[in-house]
Amino acid sequence: MTAALQSPAQTAPVAAAPRPRRPKAHPLTTVNPASRLFVLAIMILFAIYFLLPVWWLVVSATKSSGEIFSGNGFWFGESFALVENIQTLFQAQGGIYSRWLLNSLLYAVGGGIVSTLLASMCGYALAKFPFPGREAVFGTVLAAVLLPAPVLAVPLYLVFSFTGTVNTFWAVFIPSIVSPFGVYLSRIYAASSIPDALLEAGRLDGAGEMRIFAMGVRLMAPAMVTIFLFQFVAIWTNFLLPSLMLADTSLQPVTVGLVGWRELQGYPISYTTVVTGAFVSVVPVVAMFLSLQSFWSKGLATGAVK
Amino acid sequence: MSHVTIQRRSRRRELRRAAPFVLPFLLLFVVVYLVPTGYSVVESFFSLKRSGLGLGGAETVFAGFGNYVRVFQDGDFIASLGRVTFIGVIQVPVMLGIALILALLIDSSVSTGRKFFRVAYFVPYGLPGVIAALVWSFLYAPTLSPITGFFASIGIDVSFVTDGALPFSIANILTWAWTGYNTILIFAALQAIPEETMEAAALDGCSGWKAALLIKVPLIRPALLLTLVFSIIGTFQLYNEPVTMKSVAPNLPSTYTPIMAALRSLTANDFNYAAAQSVVLGALICVLSVFVFRASARRVD
Repeated sequence: MTAALQSPAQTAPVAAAPRPRRPKAHPLTTVNPASRLFVLAIMILFAIYFLLPVWWLVVSATKSSGEIFSGNGFWFGESFALVENIQTLFQAQGGIYSRWLLNSLLYAVGGGIVSTLLASMCGYALAKFPFPGREAVFGTVLAAVLLPAPVLAVPLYLVFSFTGTVNTFWAVFIPSIVSPFGVYLSRIYAASSIPDALLEAGRLDGAGEMRIFAMGVRLMAPAMVTIFLFQFVAIWTNFLLPSLMLADTSLQPVTVGLVGWRELQGYPISYTTVVTGAFVSVVPVVAMFLSLQSFWSKGLATGAVK
Repeated sequence: MSHVTIQRRSRRRELRRAAPFVLPFLLLFVVVYLVPTGYSVVESFFSLKRSGLGLGGAETVFAGFGNYVRVFQDGDFIASLGRVTFIGVIQVPVMLGIALILALLIDSSVSTGRKFFRVAYFVPYGLPGVIAALVWSFLYAPTLSPITGFFASIGIDVSFVTDGALPFSIANILTWAWTGYNTILIFAALQAIPEETMEAAALDGCSGWKAALLIKVPLIRPALLLTLVFSIIGTFQLYNEPVTMKSVAPNLPSTYTPIMAALRSLTANDFNYAAAQSVVLGALICVLSVFVFRASARRVD
């Protein structure tokens, strides 16, 4: 999935450059109002389709237990119970929800940082050191980008159960810190953004290779943010692997925990609590996307163009 | 002669330089990708044989292609492949068709508020797949759904969870979750078409929808192809949506998709068979992606 981002991103910078427009020559400026309205109607219709379920989630998280499935599902209820719902959520089953959030954060932030570091080091070396076997390594890693993670889940389970590490933190964490897509992206980015002169100058000054890399990292920052963001989202949204590996609820991330609650069919964990939990679990991803948006869109764009 | 030694020495020096950077990733890559793949292939050629009455424990014996023969005779597994194929054949063209139309509309200067629509279409991507499925499971739930409630109030009985409706309900979740993502990818490709190309077309009398279909669409073939391959792969690894749907559709079989079938073999402690199922699925996805790439590459020539 992640690799799909490459090809279109190549083109973004071209689009970013404003081109002088000759008036009247543009084919679409002479459209009649009726078809303009028709187009707008279609676009609004789809916007409603995409936003309505999210709207339902937001509205439902503010309703009290009695109201959630009565009355208009797509509008607020009599009472505004968001705060109570969140309180109930964090108190349910001895506060396991905060444990799940913490686990998700640990897997996603920890896995994101480590994978970004490992991938950018490897990508940097692939770009800057012409060592024998370089293309073989890159080719193998590239092939792995195309191997879908869910298909790998069963083989991973077999290996981890062979070594007796199923149902541990590491069973989810170790697969999370390997990002072939990250290696691919950082190789391309390092090749174009880190000048060879930097390496040569560093060597002349007697700096070690790691120290030179530490200087180069600053130039690779946009690519690294992109890798971190995508790995963060991939780990945060992952369900199959943790649900397979972790039977112990105190180790589970929030996705697995919530689906477990949903399967209880409303008792002892009420539907309101499940819905509020789903709502709260989406917030970190949205926050991450928004706060790093300018960074990662730029990173993707410039990273892939060269 | 000395030139060769210098070259060899420099190659060795580069290798020494690269090692501390490459090895940490490479080691983990081997552990997470190569070892599990290799181990599964090996395991798929063995099977567990219980001796006697099952009291004397079990021993692992070489089974040759036995597990693979079983995979292709396994009605449940074949049925699961049939289901994902059915869902894919319906859902992927619909989704990519909508994505293409929306991207063309955002790209055309006819549309107002394109920034709003771009964000609105991208919102579902921000929801983790399983959370999206969870939300839809409430919207589909026979007694709780606000949608069925609305239809009931105007006298129409709808159910999203009958055997016949399930593939479409699942296809709808997929379409909802991924159309926006594909729209953005296609839109980015459209943005790269030089303005001059479209101006030249307009001078030749080709504009509006004709220009979109005859000039823009062929120019963004690579992006369309990529979204196609990734959507097909996505359908074959279907898991989150049907599993979450099980809470509102008890009739959904636990071998609904190939991955679910492989996981059921795992829970039945049939590890060797689960390995064979995974290898078959992985191989199938590889063959399919190569086939799609090849087929469309030929059409270009």
